[in-house]
Amino acid sequence: MTPLSGYLIVAALLFSIGLAGALTRRNAILVLIGIELMLNAANLNLIAFWRYGPHPEALTGMMFAIFSIAVAAAEAAVGLGLVISIHRHAHTTDLDRMNRMKG
Amino acid sequence: MSIAFYLIAALTVAGGLAAVLLKNTVHCALALTVAFAGLALFFLQLDAQFAGFAQILVYIGAVAILVVFAILLTRGSETPKDGVFSKNWFVGLVIAAGVFAVLGWAVLQSGHVLPHETAVPVVTVLQIGNALMGRYVLPLEIVALLLTAAMIGAVIVALHEKESAK
Repeated sequence: MTPLSGYLIVAALLFSIGLAGALTRRNAILVLIGIELMLNAANLNLIAFWRYGPHPEALTGMMFAIFSIAVAAAEAAVGLGLVISIHRHAHTTDLDRMNRMKG
Repeated sequence: MSIAFYLIAALTVAGGLAAVLLKNTVHCALALTVAFAGLALFFLQLDAQFAGFAQILVYIGAVAILVVFAILLTRGSETPKDGVFSKNWFVGLVIAAGVFAVLGWAVLQSGHVLPHETAVPVVTVLQIGNALMGRYVLPLEIVALLLTAAMIGAVIVALHEKESAK
């Protein structure tokens, strides 16, 4: 097994854990945590491909990962703001009980 | 495959599993921090020092704190009586296992075409700064705009109810 495939397997495992969390948890914040794990697994893939790819001096994968971190931070801020807003409105963060789009 | 790789992989995967499986939401957020730290160690091991320290600053320093604040503001640390997993958790588990099976199969099948050990790339912060201000200046500006919009949007979304109550 090459080092790169080891990193890819770990990233696939983390992505699946995050996906399972996002699909099975009831708390909206835990769903966001699962999404963050999935984004981080993708970042690990980008960095691993950059490190073992043919032209690391071009910095392509590194730049991709840095911009991905910035976008994920923006996503976390807006997502948690939405969760707080919904909690103030419906007094719950349980996704199974958020079954109406009308207030 | 060094022993450090296996240690960091075990730490990261254990942190991720705990973040998804634990009952108390605050414990989940702390386990998520462990997973983020493991990923930062992975980045450092892959000779991406800048990305590793950016990961520590952004994820452990900001996102984890934000998650803890959101949990405390929504009183999400109280464990609900009817379990923490949704009714159709089994379907989600099957989908995740299927995704992992496909990804793992693809990686293991393509193992012989993946590149082996290569020379360690020497990347200085000066090079990254030059690339950010030169070739990647347009994406940098767009990300700056996105972060500003996200910050204003998050504040407006979280403030909305209070204004309408007046």
